[in-house]
Amino acid sequence: MSFDYSKEIPIIEGGPKLADIDDVIARPLDTRPDRKFYIALSITLTMLAIGAVSLGLTFYYGIGMWGNNQPNGWAFDITNFVFWIGIGHAGTLISAILFLLRQKWRNGISRFAEGMTIFAVMTAGIFPLIHVGRPWLAAYLFPYPNEHGIWINFISPLIWDVFAVSTYFTVSLIFWYVGLIPDLATLRDRTAGKIKKILYSIFSLGWRHSNRHWHHYEMVYLVLAGFATPLVLSVHTIVSFDFAVSVLPGWHTTIFPPYFVAGAVFSGFAMVQNVLIFVRKIFNFEHIITINTLERMNKVIILTGSMVGYAYAMEFFTAWYSGNPAEQFVFINRAFGPYAWAYWTMVSCNVIFPQLFWFRKIRRTIPYMLIIGILVNVGMWFERFVIIVTSLSRDYLPSSWRMFYPTLTDLGILTGSFGLFFTLLLLFIKTLPVVSISEVKSVLEGAQPSHLHNGSEEVISHSSNDSGVNHA
Amino acid sequence: MPDKIIPEKILYSVTGIFDHPDEIINAAEQAEKAGYKKYDINTSYPVHGMSTAMRIGPSKLSYIALVFGLSGTTLALLFMWYVSSWDYPMVIGGKPYFSLPAFIPITFEVTVLLASIMTVVAMLFIFFKLPNNSHPLHDTDYMKMVSSDRFGISIQASDPLFDEVKVKDFLQNLGAHHITPIYFDESEISVKNTVFEPKFIGFLLAVFFATAGFTYFSLNYILAWGPFNWMWNQHKLNPQKRSELFSDGFGMRMPVEGTVARGYMPYLYKGNQAAASKYMINPLLPTKEVLSMGQQKFVTFCSPCHGYLAKGDSRLRGQFPNPPSLHSEKVRNYQDGDIYHIITEGQNTMPSYAKQITREERWAIILYLRALQRSQNAKETDIK
Ligand code: HEC
Repeated sequence: MSFDYSKEIPIIEGGPKLADIDDVIARPLDTRPDRKFYIALSITLTMLAIGAVSLGLTFYYGIGMWGNNQPNGWAFDITNFVFWIGIGHAGTLISAILFLLRQKWRNGISRFAEGMTIFAVMTAGIFPLIHVGRPWLAAYLFPYPNEHGIWINFISPLIWDVFAVSTYFTVSLIFWYVGLIPDLATLRDRTAGKIKKILYSIFSLGWRHSNRHWHHYEMVYLVLAGFATPLVLSVHTIVSFDFAVSVLPGWHTTIFPPYFVAGAVFSGFAMVQNVLIFVRKIFNFEHIITINTLERMNKVIILTGSMVGYAYAMEFFTAWYSGNPAEQFVFINRAFGPYAWAYWTMVSCNVIFPQLFWFRKIRRTIPYMLIIGILVNVGMWFERFVIIVTSLSRDYLPSSWRMFYPTLTDLGILTGSFGLFFTLLLLFIKTLPVVSISEVKSVLEGAQPSHLHNGSEEVISHSSNDSGVNHA
Repeated sequence: MPDKIIPEKILYSVTGIFDHPDEIINAAEQAEKAGYKKYDINTSYPVHGMSTAMRIGPSKLSYIALVFGLSGTTLALLFMWYVSSWDYPMVIGGKPYFSLPAFIPITFEVTVLLASIMTVVAMLFIFFKLPNNSHPLHDTDYMKMVSSDRFGISIQASDPLFDEVKVKDFLQNLGAHHITPIYFDESEISVKNTVFEPKFIGFLLAVFFATAGFTYFSLNYILAWGPFNWMWNQHKLNPQKRSELFSDGFGMRMPVEGTVARGYMPYLYKGNQAAASKYMINPLLPTKEVLSMGQQKFVTFCSPCHGYLAKGDSRLRGQFPNPPSLHSEKVRNYQDGDIYHIITEGQNTMPSYAKQITREERWAIILYLRALQRSQNAKETDIK
């Protein structure tokens, strides 16, 4: 094989015209949903209903409906929380970090990934709430002056978590909405439906595609990306503090923050990759979300997967090197104790299978990457399960050891969380442009001036939306 | 929008369309050269080099992010300091009240939150003055074209150099097509204030009643439903409830014979004023605090009958047997124990105050009464 590295591969294949982009991206919004859509929706809604029933039971009878017990106070609830928050990380990573790194290939997938972030964080947000048992009292988590005369404890990682997750959600939402404004304006100007027109007008705020506005807009996008980058790293760091700040063997380690962040990006990318595979196929976005883009995502997966694998190994090393018998026991127990099956599922899905992506063929073949992506998510769910349950079920005092077994309600809520996430995603696909129209246009071939007539062109003055000005 | 010229229409701008990004950059440069100030370039995505071509300086929005970010940092730290070391100090994990490392995560989050929200708010609502759906460019063919794949320039009539014919020529020379004048939309510049329209007021009322009704309903009913039991139902006996545990069926039990409640020592000299007078000594000193407590209790409990100055000038005069003055020879010669006994047990028509007034307060009242007696019956020597 020979590659010509002097030429950049076009981000968008097939050299479509600017107007074609509008048509392609707006098509799912202009056409009525077909049978396939309804079938998909009914599946996800069924899952959602299962979750709703399980939650109803939980509220009515209390969290005794779950398999949680002493000492397993955290089990499926927190596992699911960490899992979904992790899924959310890919979106901001793609939209902010890759933006700052001037990875133009992100333009085709950023909107979708941001949407997934928002839905994943929403799904995740349910779990801490139901975990407290009385979700209607959740407002107590925020510091507001109240009739009890007391305040929250700012030294608790759980409170940091409240701030991190709510900030993350808000900032992701803003980021997403700011990106949507120009696209909504474009849709507003091309739609024929009356109600649609009113809605698009309201939400596009009367955007006029003015270059006096774009000028500030790009600056704000840059600033937001600058903020979102440390933010996305902080969120899973703080989630890991929930564990690391406690004194439980297996939790009390300094490796947790980077290990959690890598894991989050890992599972998030796998999820985005999985869903994109379907979206690009169903809506004919193959030339916008290209196989090259998917391949790049798989490269990120192999990178973060290896980081996660390294962390697993390092945990064992630290346990051994620390000479702390409780710590050593926990890790031996993980690998060979009663939850060994979960541990080995995790290791094989997270460390072994993603390594197949070293083969270019596998990286670029849809069915293979789909399967590996699914395995990664299974593995990452089990990672959180292993961390939480193996540590809790067997801590310092053998007399208080106890196994955790999930109940039907537990499984129902897990199913429901997938139902919620995919329902939101399906609705998103049918109501909003899942690919950023303006960002994709700006990286089309021939969309930017050729700069021939203008020698004094200063690149810095428009460090921009799609960045990396191409001086080809 | 029809292209015919109706005299009363007010011109907003003249627009032209280009097909290629190079052309629009050129158009912007030429417009700058020609000295136009109030013009705009509309493209459906940011075109590189446009800011330079239009000679727009760097965006000031980053300063807004900086200012609000720093305010977020300061506010968060100040707030946590106030809560944790001032208003509700608590030792947690042996850490100092103000433990900076533990406050960093929240400080960071608040910084990011405030900066992001405010930058976007400032951009949309202050810099861009959005939402603005009544702008004359909206709903024009021009907007339709630039929204999709064309590149448009719009030179405004409010520009000092504006001249309709010249601007059209200028655009023509640049190679623009679809050169069109854009007018203010009649219906949109003559919008009347509709706040006082009955329809709007009716709408407000409807919203008011709906909100009030919903709030009432949720606070009074929904919150008392099913799972929200607010710990109302507990496995314990509430006052006045039956219990099958006891043969008499009462949930509440009488204390065992001879029980003494904490802080309620029984009175030793029941019906024996002589002994009280002989053996009881006032344990308090006439300090300022004691006297002011005594005054307060005296005014509350004694003055309605005996008068503010204890002269027997009751405010209840006529409705109650006249209480005596407390400046009589007899009372002045009473031992403290006598008065204590009278407050505790009452005397004839005067009821007992043992239930309302604590023992300490009784002694304080006595001291205050002594002060009153002395002031009302002052001797010559007291003045010296
Ligand atoms: C309800 C009205 C009432 C109040 C209130 C009241 N007294 Fe009296 N007090 C009387 C009456 C009436 C008498 C006269 C009783 C009698 O006929 O022997 C009296 C008598 C007395 C006497 C004895 C006077 C004497 O000449 O025998 C003293 C001392 C006294 N009160 C002190 C107090 C003090 C101190 C308080 C406040 C704690 C107080 N009283 C509150 C109505 C009241």
